[in-house]
Amino acid sequence: MAGENPASTTEYIQHHLQNLVYGNHPENGWGFAHGAQEAAEMGFMAFHVDSLAWSLGLGLIFCWMFRSAAKRATTGVPSGFLNFIELIVEFIDGSVKDSFHGVNKMVAPLALTIFVWVFLMNLMDLIPVDLIPYLMAKAGVGYQKIVPSTDPNITMGMALGVFILMLYYSIKIKGTGFIKELTMHPFNHWAFIPVNLFMETVGLLAKPFSLGLRLFGNMYAGEMIFILIAMMFAAGAGGGIAAGGIHAQIFGEHTSFLFWLAVFALVCGVCWLNLKGKISTGKTVLIAAIIMTLSGGLFAFAGGLMQWGWAVFHILVITLQAFIFMVLTIVYLSMAHEDH
Amino acid sequence: MNINLTLFGQMVTFAFFVWFCMKFVWPIILQAMEERQQKIADGLDAADRAVRDLDAAQSKVSDQLKEAKQAAAGIIDQANKRANQIVDEAKEQATAEGERLKVAAQAEIEQEVNRAKEELRATVAGLAIAGAEKVLEASIDEKANKAIVDKLAAEL
Repeated sequence: MAGENPASTTEYIQHHLQNLVYGNHPENGWGFAHGAQEAAEMGFMAFHVDSLAWSLGLGLIFCWMFRSAAKRATTGVPSGFLNFIELIVEFIDGSVKDSFHGVNKMVAPLALTIFVWVFLMNLMDLIPVDLIPYLMAKAGVGYQKIVPSTDPNITMGMALGVFILMLYYSIKIKGTGFIKELTMHPFNHWAFIPVNLFMETVGLLAKPFSLGLRLFGNMYAGEMIFILIAMMFAAGAGGGIAAGGIHAQIFGEHTSFLFWLAVFALVCGVCWLNLKGKISTGKTVLIAAIIMTLSGGLFAFAGGLMQWGWAVFHILVITLQAFIFMVLTIVYLSMAHEDH
Repeated sequence: MNINLTLFGQMVTFAFFVWFCMKFVWPIILQAMEERQQKIADGLDAADRAVRDLDAAQSKVSDQLKEAKQAAAGIIDQANKRANQIVDEAKEQATAEGERLKVAAQAEIEQEVNRAKEELRATVAGLAIAGAEKVLEASIDEKANKAIVDKLAAEL
């Protein structure tokens, strides 16, 4: 998918970072944007269809999963699936009880929704970067970003939702105390009211922004690294270095995918022979390495290995980010409930 | 990195999912979990109680067993005593019976001996008289001599 020259490399990255946009174009009216240019011209009156669809779909998966668990909920012995769901629920419940001290029936379900939903959205990052955009392109859809949490609209949308709840509960619980908190803090004197108001407002606004942008930044960077690795690996397989060169010498620039399928089958066959005990492990590795080197797949293999390594590390990141988003939501709402 | 209507779309979706979770998921699962917790706690309590009951029952059983053993031992003792008594009584009876039989037999023997003596005496007296009659023939006064003969017979 990636080319060898810088221009197509940039194109490749830009293509990967472009959402599928449906919006109101000043000239063409409502419709899908053809390219980044048109998408940018639509301005605010546009939807990122892919982000919304994936986030909605993942949210529905979350609802379906937990609803089916709730339907199966029993006071008897829980099945494996229910056990798993209850593990999550108990974990969330523990986190909420640890940091939220008010009485509010909404916080725990909110935390659960955020944690699982954000986790699922982040999880999309682990699907090979080219796979779904490639398939969608085959199906005629030009752009596809499958990780909703790499879209600032999505993360800021959730952060703003949390922010509205923060304001609502601050006013509901504290009443005038909330205004007092904004104006008489940290300097408790009427002359400092403008200074206090400015500082507190900045502090208040920083919360949703840091919440939304942290998640966005982490996921965006992670996605970017996947894209860069994917490019490196494509460049390695097609480039003029060592094995790739041999491969290019023998098979030419354009190789049918059937060739790769044959190579894949060959390597699988060798591994299978080893598992059946027909050849030794050392021989297996040697033969597989020779096949891969000859077919130029070694670089592809190295790229795949790097993708795999980053994905393993990324599992930690996506879980951590989902957890941080949830914990900060709980903490912010807890602060909204605490009267000073 | 352009903010657009997607933001509000996501906010609406978010609100909907939170509502759904709040209404249809969280309370049900949590309630089930809490109920199960209660159930398990009750079950553990019941198990503890059962263990205590079992201990009590076991000690009761061992007590009863001891009592029963004691009772049985008492009964056996009594039975042994009674058996000894019966044997003793039987022995005594047998001894007494034997004694009685012996006495009766001795008495009978004595009686027989006496009768035999009587018979013998009578026979000897008769014989003596007959002999004397033969010797003295009719000259002898039967009455006078009878005394002498009786005296003679008594001495036999």
